[in-house]
Amino acid sequence: MSKTIMEHSEASEVFNRDEPYVDWHDETLWFVRQKRDKSSKLLPEWEELRETASQIKNYVLSAMDELLVQFEQKAKENGVHVHWAANAAEHNEIVLNLLKQHGITAMVKSKSMLTEECHMNEFLSKNGIDVIDTDLGERIVQLRNEPPSHIVLPAIHLKKKDIGDLFHEHLGTEAGATDPQYLAEAARQHLRDKFMTRRAALTGVNFAVADTGAFVVATNEGNADMGAHLADIHIASMGFEKIIPKQEHLGVFLRLLARSATGQPVTAYNSHFKKPREGQEMHIIIVDNGRTTQLGRADFRNSLKCIRCGACMNTCPVYRRSGGHSYHNAVAGPIGSILAPNLDMTKNADLPFASTLCGSCSNVCPVKIDIHDQLYKWRQVLAKGGHVPQTKGIGIRAMSMVLSQPRFYQWSGRLGRSVMRTVPFMVNNSLNPWYKQRDMPEPPKESFRDWYVRNRKE
Amino acid sequence: MQTREEMLRKIRLNKPERTSLPANIRFDSQYEDTESKFIETLTAIYTEVVIVKNWEELAVKAGELYEGVVNKATTIPELNIWADFSLNVADPHELEMIEILILKAEFGVAENGAVWISDNYLPHRVLPFITQNLALAIPRSAIVNNMHDAYERLTDTTGWGCFIAGPSKTADIEQSLVVGAHGARSMVIFLVEDF
Repeated sequence: MSKTIMEHSEASEVFNRDEPYVDWHDETLWFVRQKRDKSSKLLPEWEELRETASQIKNYVLSAMDELLVQFEQKAKENGVHVHWAANAAEHNEIVLNLLKQHGITAMVKSKSMLTEECHMNEFLSKNGIDVIDTDLGERIVQLRNEPPSHIVLPAIHLKKKDIGDLFHEHLGTEAGATDPQYLAEAARQHLRDKFMTRRAALTGVNFAVADTGAFVVATNEGNADMGAHLADIHIASMGFEKIIPKQEHLGVFLRLLARSATGQPVTAYNSHFKKPREGQEMHIIIVDNGRTTQLGRADFRNSLKCIRCGACMNTCPVYRRSGGHSYHNAVAGPIGSILAPNLDMTKNADLPFASTLCGSCSNVCPVKIDIHDQLYKWRQVLAKGGHVPQTKGIGIRAMSMVLSQPRFYQWSGRLGRSVMRTVPFMVNNSLNPWYKQRDMPEPPKESFRDWYVRNRKE
Repeated sequence: MQTREEMLRKIRLNKPERTSLPANIRFDSQYEDTESKFIETLTAIYTEVVIVKNWEELAVKAGELYEGVVNKATTIPELNIWADFSLNVADPHELEMIEILILKAEFGVAENGAVWISDNYLPHRVLPFITQNLALAIPRSAIVNNMHDAYERLTDTTGWGCFIAGPSKTADIEQSLVVGAHGARSMVIFLVEDF
């Protein structure tokens, strides 16, 4: 874990070395995007649903404190313990203390991007707690000692052969086995044993409902429920932005979530936890970790509307061709790139540049976050704050010099075209970043301006 | 307590100007026939729908569907003769042996095939997940069009409830769909006329 972090562009270069692999990755995610399209188009009210969801979330941002207080009160009335954590360290300490109080040293966990953000597994493991991720994709990446590469599809970067080899080593499946049915069955058996023997379960939270004090956890595998209903203690971790005002609002969000994520009409299990079962303890940890700061940034606060469907990743031409790990952040892709700089501007300054600003992310977002505008705005903030690497600064300054002086622009255009025609190796070489993974275009004989001037005269 | 106050203080300081909730949050789904839509949706998510007149007919169907299976459990008194596994256990871990479980549930949703089940219908919450195969029985008349209708109908005030749509599944291995991840490997929905 002490590896130095590669910038997104560098990491993408590594990712792009294997062309058939990149093509496969690209097409696999595009296929998921297409399923989303098909599914959303079956609902004539889709766009109105997005607008409604967006308005509810806008309201949530504007009434955040009241909703959280209401939620806390209801949850307490329901017999649930509520904790508040200012940052990752506080969150992790709360979890550790709860486990220690019960003398528990092993825990099952269902998908929670927040615990990834808090690096909870590493912390607990250092403190003698064994954490088993139970979502199949998460278990796979955990066995490989790497983070998820996608918030909904954690192991989307792996081929079945990789998983076959991994399971052969760790779960004793046959060498060379690649049948998904067989491999998933092996994982089922392996994880059933964990469910049966662990006394603590941690889950994420998809939605926390202020007027009932309930929280909703959605999975396809059933792992959150298997863990929570068998454990003596259930801990649910949530970023405070997961709150929604009323139970009936779930109708809007559950219609959008799975359709946006995978194209399914709804996830297989949508569990509404309100009270602990008899003899069980239930805890909710409400986490800040930079969210209050983001709430104060007028240009970026609505990134907190995100419901973590992953649609922006599946559609993003940069994500699809660079892979989730290139983003070196718990949440990758376009949404990750507007969340990450808030956490650490120096470390994540490269991420808002990992985009073509094509806007596809904003178009698919079920809660209408203006993701590509925010990517653009983060660039300004980061450049002003001196977080943009010098080379990028030089390039931008050179470009602004050329573009702001028409005569110089004409001259350099002519020079460029003639260089490309007469000495093509000057641009067709590895020093030119535009030459990577693509051929340079045939240079036109004259510019549009020259053509226009000539034709006007005639 | 200090953290709580500090978080709430920062939120109050940083939150945007108050907006209002949208006036309309529900949309109608128009289906020619709600039940056909429900069946069509469930078929697409690997779930068989069986229409029966009453509990006796359900018992007969269950006998056919799960012939030769042992460790059969149910929460429906009329099916007690069919079952051979008692749900009267103190520790839910003991339920791991169940092969097939038939449960009463409340209502279904046509747009996504989800069925609502809750503490009202369950002696143990883990039941619908721990069983190898699951069947849910709902009144034939209890199907709503979409999730807005579902939440309008939902007055359940119990401690836990779940919309379950089809069997457990995963596509985490190269996007290949595998049915039967951690929960039920198969799912049947019985629509019962005289519930």
